[in-house]
Amino acid sequence: MSAIRAGQDPEGIPNGPGAAAILGAGIGCGALGCLAFAGDASPAVGKLLNFYNPVGTLSGVTTVTIIVWLASWFALGRLWGNKNIAMGAVNIVAFASLAIGLLLTFPPFMDLLQGK
Amino acid sequence: MEITTRDLLTVLHGMGFGALFMLAFSGALAELYRISAPGAPSSMSTREQGLLAFYLAAMVILAWLTVFSGAYLIYPWYRAVPPAGLTDLSDYPRRLLLSSGKTSEWHNVGMEWKEHVAWVAPIAMTMVAYVAMKYRRSIAQHRNMRVAVLTFAVAAFLATGVAGTFGAFLNKYAPVRGGAVITLMQGK
Repeated sequence: MSAIRAGQDPEGIPNGPGAAAILGAGIGCGALGCLAFAGDASPAVGKLLNFYNPVGTLSGVTTVTIIVWLASWFALGRLWGNKNIAMGAVNIVAFASLAIGLLLTFPPFMDLLQGK
Repeated sequence: MEITTRDLLTVLHGMGFGALFMLAFSGALAELYRISAPGAPSSMSTREQGLLAFYLAAMVILAWLTVFSGAYLIYPWYRAVPPAGLTDLSDYPRRLLLSSGKTSEWHNVGMEWKEHVAWVAPIAMTMVAYVAMKYRRSIAQHRNMRVAVLTFAVAAFLATGVAGTFGAFLNKYAPVRGGAVITLMQGK
């Protein structure tokens, strides 16, 4: 993903902060799917993600997802805050992560991957 | 007319937060498309900007209230483990559903899907609100950003639809029950 400094938008706001938020949201959704799948496929991971017993594995899945989402948004925001970014590439990665998140939270797809 | 605290909180989660969030999508999607579509008016009044910011911020708050109340208030009651030997599972919705092959997939597919996919909505809508408020009308100058915002907003809508639909069905087949009884009205 190449960053180019030239060419800010007409109102003077570079697209970097928006790109960071979009990619951060994509990464967060992807993390949600991966963690949900890992917690379902591996009893050891499921136990590790059991942060709060009444809620079970879901507590760890969602807590780690929120941390990954906010951390990636913050890091990308620091990196791209004053820049204009190639948004096409950002969108491809964000949409792929979103698709992973949606697919890996769908139980029949999880079962298919686990050969159940 | 009586209701239990668990019934009341389940209604608050599903209807008070979730359904209101779902209803707000039509306005949000229409407004996001209106401000970002090519050929849209080149500026928004201060009042319009404030209204959109308030609307999207309210949606974000509702989305987070929905998932947190669902996961940390309702879900523990749903997945509670009954004492050994108990045959009446009506106060233990998860075990009640899993006790019969006719209802088990409501949990294995419905709840397992709902409890995870619902979290896509607040993450996506927080991003949508942030980008819409930061760029306002100038988002029309960023075609790819516009596409991403609308795509994530639609994904949030679909995730909410899945969670809401299964929530309604799950509450029909295995409602969360119990807690203190609140008398709303006394019959004659």
